[in-house]
Amino acid sequence: MSSPASAVHGDGAAPTFYLVDEHDHAEGGSTMFGFWIYLMSDCLIFAVLFATYGVLGSNYAAGPSPKDLFDLPLVALNTSMLLFSSITYGFAMLTMDKGRIAATQGWLAVTGLFGLAFLGIELYEFAHMIHEGATPQRSAFLSSFFTLVGTHGLHVTVGLVWLVTLMIQVKRYGLIQANKRRLMCLSLFWHFLDVIWIGVFTFVYLMGMLR
Amino acid sequence: MTPAHTDDHGHAEDDGHAHGSLRSYLIGFGLSVVLTAIPFWLVMTGALDSKQATAFAIMALAVIQIVVHMVFFLHMNVRSENGWNMMALIFTLVLVVITLTGSLWVMYHLNTNMMPGHDMSQIP
Repeated sequence: MSSPASAVHGDGAAPTFYLVDEHDHAEGGSTMFGFWIYLMSDCLIFAVLFATYGVLGSNYAAGPSPKDLFDLPLVALNTSMLLFSSITYGFAMLTMDKGRIAATQGWLAVTGLFGLAFLGIELYEFAHMIHEGATPQRSAFLSSFFTLVGTHGLHVTVGLVWLVTLMIQVKRYGLIQANKRRLMCLSLFWHFLDVIWIGVFTFVYLMGMLR
Repeated sequence: MTPAHTDDHGHAEDDGHAHGSLRSYLIGFGLSVVLTAIPFWLVMTGALDSKQATAFAIMALAVIQIVVHMVFFLHMNVRSENGWNMMALIFTLVLVVITLTGSLWVMYHLNTNMMPGHDMSQIP
């Protein structure tokens, strides 16, 4: 006798109505939280890769060890590239808040260049290692190394594609609410990659040199 | 939602995703530079005599730097999304810790117990 939306009192009092539908959410209102959940799942991917590296990282199969391969000044340079790109992305977000399109695009471009420099240095390092015979097939240490660091590099690559896409979007449509939301998601993604890199340079490179 | 500053009844903007200020970004950057430079310096110069002490030091510095990034760059706080961001983060951290310690612990004992005389791979 009563629909799900209402409850009729037996004594003839006015029926009480409940809202079945949730009130309207603004478009994209839950995007930021959803993206945060995605980042957490990405975090688990990296945790598994770190665990793999932790287990296999000292199985050299009589091949090269971290001390033979890693060049710490180069890693330090690489780390600074990613750190600089983080702060320039922060500046892009600050100028975005003020609605200054040209300045935002400029900072995004600088961020992209730092990201590109990071990738270039990483690829140079990989090429150098492979040239010396330290390929992913050489030992379990190298397999897990290339998987972990390569996955991070792949994330940075995707981040760069996303960055360029958003720069085109901002150029075409300006700093509309949707574009701001997208830039905020990429901000989380970009800073998150920097957090992962802290783990990489600490556990892979620095700890590797201590062995 | 055409102009840049339209507020669509508060949902998208006021959900705790503050972008921080120039000051907070610069503080975070300064701290990160210091917290990155110290571990590289420790390892490259061998300033601490014991390798174990160096390892503990750089791990501690990494944890501090991750917290610095979370606070100053990712703007984590207990209020954003009514605390659900923090809940998701804590849940993830629990899973990460279980994955890492579990794998390392089990596989270490597997190696030491199953491969007698094959200690080449076990250098602490």
